[in-house]
Amino acid sequence: MSWNTVGPDVVAGLFLGAFFALIAVGYSMVYGILRLINFAHGDFYMAAAFVSYSILGAVTLGTRINWGNVVWVGIVTMAAGGVLAVAVERLVYRPMRRAAVLSLMIAALGVSQILENGVLNIPAWGSNYLPFPVTPPTTGFDLAGVHYTWTQLGIVVIALVLIVVTYFVVNHTMLGTAMRAVAQDRAAATLMGINTDRIISLVFFIGGALAGAAAVMASLYYGQINYLMGFSIGLQAFTAAVLGGIGNVAGAAVGGLLLGILESVGTGLFGPQWALLFAFGALVLTLWLRPSGLLGERIGQRV
Amino acid sequence: MTVLSLANVAVYYGPVRGVVDVDLCVDEHEIVALLGANGAGKSTVLKAVSGLVRPRAGTISFRGEDLKRVPAATRVRRGLVQVPEGRRIFPALTVRENLELAAFGFGIARAARRARLESVVERFPLIRAHLQKLAGMLSGGEQQVLAIARGMMAEPKLLMVDEPSLGLAPQMVESVYDLLVQIAAEGTPVLLVEQNVTLAFEITSRAYVLQQGRVVLAGHSAALADDPRVVAAYLGAGGAAAR
Repeated sequence: MSWNTVGPDVVAGLFLGAFFALIAVGYSMVYGILRLINFAHGDFYMAAAFVSYSILGAVTLGTRINWGNVVWVGIVTMAAGGVLAVAVERLVYRPMRRAAVLSLMIAALGVSQILENGVLNIPAWGSNYLPFPVTPPTTGFDLAGVHYTWTQLGIVVIALVLIVVTYFVVNHTMLGTAMRAVAQDRAAATLMGINTDRIISLVFFIGGALAGAAAVMASLYYGQINYLMGFSIGLQAFTAAVLGGIGNVAGAAVGGLLLGILESVGTGLFGPQWALLFAFGALVLTLWLRPSGLLGERIGQRV
Repeated sequence: MTVLSLANVAVYYGPVRGVVDVDLCVDEHEIVALLGANGAGKSTVLKAVSGLVRPRAGTISFRGEDLKRVPAATRVRRGLVQVPEGRRIFPALTVRENLELAAFGFGIARAARRARLESVVERFPLIRAHLQKLAGMLSGGEQQVLAIARGMMAEPKLLMVDEPSLGLAPQMVESVYDLLVQIAAEGTPVLLVEQNVTLAFEITSRAYVLQQGRVVLAGHSAALADDPRVVAAYLGAGGAAAR
């Protein structure tokens, strides 16, 4: 096993890991603030992909890519993902604020089904694999005999920038301090005059927006979308969050990248049918050997 | 002028009675004690005033305004500030973050927040050396002072303090009490919840004694200090009958 055989898989794993990381950060922040494993999170990603598909389809002539369009549609999709997440929180989770976490989790499974079947029942979307309206160019660069496109590089860079910005907001602004305070002790935060519902909404918005960004980038990367695309990536992002230490932004990012590489290398060595087995094997191993994840759950970094 | 008044307030937790028929008031420049044994309903009264629990009956008004429809966070912004039982500082935030956060909900500019922090730290010198530490690293007494300092960041018009002496060394209790006296002297009335009657009577002008969710005694602290019914209320024998 040399770098020449494994190297390309590691790099490909970074692309995959960038998507995982973006989704995992939102997953993890929501867990941090509500202790809720939001099984619907992957479907925010899926629904956002369909939104970007429709808008981009409407504004694109032919298949030639117009980067200006991709950028503004990307931003609109992030907003849509954020609004969807906030709406779900407002309509489903907030009325259950005093309910047991288990009830919330079951409600989250329900929301997941509602979103998937909602998309399924929209005639323009449906159950088929839909080709994404634009195809990125194949121009790029060669590294150790493997060709990478500028788009792939751009995806990883944008993902990292978004995660770093999120990390900065959470750990180095007053708003982020308020999020961490609400995560630590909601009643005490209320007694500080903090509108905790608004902070929770904000966390959902950020999580949904990051999922929206991942949706646009993954759709560009894979070239097709489907109403079930959020299911397994949601579970993988959850795995990534647990792997890194659920509840903190840095952990989710590290966990995402690591899981991407693990899956990609595993696929390269044993074949694609092993991909999910690697992911969930990692989940089981983490829970078994180090339940607090790689970066631990230091309360300080929750949210 | 009456700052806080409760009339006929009743709070239930599901079918379980928290408190009933609570009448209570706090006037300007006063320190008022709310006394009672464990489980008598003292903290429940504070929670109702802060808006953390919703009373089933009765009225709570603050500076002449009915609080019924005022959300908890808004009450704090209007100056109704509680230092909760067990301090409830944010252990994983720094001392500075704890303090700044307490003025964050007010929508004031960063510079004004810093200025407030500066004036609060001025008054609580114990805090200054620890600003960059995680609050969870402070000793119990330091945490209690931080909790009160944090309350002062909100520029309270009434400060409610729940069991500040709990778990503190006697010397520390004394300095925490001195702080409360000083705060009241500077014009902020204080509603003090205490289990330790002897301590509470020393610094308060009036007191209410709760037993099993009802106010069984109320009056001037000096008079109550010698009243055997206070002890009876604590022991749970005949307190209600004594009224």
